Amino acid sequence: MNLSEIYTEIIAEHNKSKRNKKQLENPTVILKGRNPSCGDEIELALKVEKNIIQDASFTGVGCAISQASTSMMIDLIRGQTIEKAQLLIDTFLGMIKREITEEDQLEILDEAVALQNISNMPARVKCAVLSWHTLESAITTEEGKTSESSQSSH
Amino acid sequence: MSNHYVNDFPILQKTMNGKRLVYLDNGATTQKPLSVINAVQEYYAAFNANPHRGAYELSVKATQIYEDAREKVRKFLGAEKTSEIIFTKNATESLNLLAYSYGMTFINPGDEIVISIAEHHSNIVPWQQVAKAKGATLQYLYVNEAGILTDEEIEKKISSKTKIVAVTQVSNVLGIINPIEKIVHKAHSVGAVVIVDDAQSVPHFSVDVRALDVDFLVFSGHKMLAPMGVGVLYGKEHLLDKMPPFLSGGDMIEYVWEQDTSFAPLPAKFEAGTQNVGGVLGLSAAIDYIEKVGFSNIEQIEEELIHYAIPKLWQLPFITLYGCDDLSKKTGVISFNVKDIHPHDVSSILDADGVAIRAGHHCAHPLMQYLGVNATCRASFYFYNTREDVDALINALGRVRGVLGYES
Ligand SMILES: Cc1ncc(COP(=O)(O)O)c(C=O)c1O
Repeated sequence: MNLSEIYTEIIAEHNKSKRNKKQLENPTVILKGRNPSCGDEIELALKVEKNIIQDASFTGVGCAISQASTSMMIDLIRGQTIEKAQLLIDTFLGMIKREITEEDQLEILDEAVALQNISNMPARVKCAVLSWHTLESAITTEEGKTSESSQSSH
Repeated sequence: MSNHYVNDFPILQKTMNGKRLVYLDNGATTQKPLSVINAVQEYYAAFNANPHRGAYELSVKATQIYEDAREKVRKFLGAEKTSEIIFTKNATESLNLLAYSYGMTFINPGDEIVISIAEHHSNIVPWQQVAKAKGATLQYLYVNEAGILTDEEIEKKISSKTKIVAVTQVSNVLGIINPIEKIVHKAHSVGAVVIVDDAQSVPHFSVDVRALDVDFLVFSGHKMLAPMGVGVLYGKEHLLDKMPPFLSGGDMIEYVWEQDTSFAPLPAKFEAGTQNVGGVLGLSAAIDYIEKVGFSNIEQIEEELIHYAIPKLWQLPFITLYGCDDLSKKTGVISFNVKDIHPHDVSSILDADGVAIRAGHHCAHPLMQYLGVNATCRASFYFYNTREDVDALINALGRVRGVLGYES
């Protein structure tokens, strides 16, 4: 394992950056994600309006991999539709599982491609995917809410 | 600088990521010397049969190997009788046996079970189960800022309501040695039994169950050179005698009728099913090895290592140490954090230098909450570690902050 493949400048930068690490004003959904085995815990907040993730942020503690992965994810989903977010999730998780390796397919992940080599460190894979799984659950919660409200309007 | 014990451990000859393996996670499990590996191999190559079950020579031999190992453990712990030595799978199973057999039988509503805040989950969760099922209260002995259990705390928490005191002799996070004699004295004065978790003690210093006068004591073989999958429960005979079986089935019976069973006498009453005879033989070989090295030697090596390592760590301004104020009450366990860097990153970065340490909560969530930390790094030594290993740790730590773009 080569450290510089994992702890790249992009990871170090996102780990230190507090840009996406803050409380969100008027979030529509907040969800906790935890890795019980290592104690990592993040809280992801989304503000979804008309199917668009208007803003997102996170709080919590964790290693550089999980903090950077979360921060990069938020950069990617801000301003995107729910469907685009889902595509990003599928692509990211596919990349980590090495199911998606084509460069042009991975292109949409932008900086998050920096985490591609995490699959060489099996002990740390769960750190990289924590926020993405949390986002997926948050989207499901959000969609549940909309379908509920549309049902009740019947 | 290096010591010759290293030569007896095949795994310590390995390289990791092109570097010499510096194994500093002995609190999690120790490496195995060739004599232990060979003993297990020889058992399966030459002696394997189901003990206590056959009248043929191999089975008799397997039985003898198993019972000789029990005698070795008895002597090792200074117990009076071999009937007081029960083989289990690990310390966790030994503690569960006590919780389910002793706890569920003898704890009543309103009783108190006292444990310390520095317990491993395996000495917390089973007692929570008993307390919940029986309407009892779980009381905690809290350590002071230095990680020490004070006399006042022991006096205050152990009372006439206390029926069980279950404490670790050495904290797996802080390496601090608890005052077991005082706890036993106080607990017995109120009529409580004392259970000692010696998973982190028995490998590192000599323990005499009769001198300590503990009622029960548990440990795992794998933290003292033996294979994984074999553990021990020591219990005073009169207490084990009045406890119901934990697991039931073959080997633990005397006679079985359609509707009822009479149980075998100790120790078989608590050893249901086919046991890990190869593992038990490995434990026996591990005790031989440890006795050859000698506990005075083991203690001295570990003491020298922490006295060498801790002052070096004090000099690193970015390191926070936990439970390192009084080195006289400590085994070779050092918990620390690196400023701004999560323990998992520290561990991954050290791994690239071949240095294996533990990072995380160490199966001690309540202690982590009490210390106000999310996780720590832990380096834990055994007698085969050397000053070179400490130097490798210190050098690797010097690189950690830089890798993540922080100044040293
Ligand atoms: C103090 C203490 N108690 C109990 C245990 C549990 O040991 P095992 O997992 O072998 O059952 C450990 C192991 O980490 C320990 O350090």
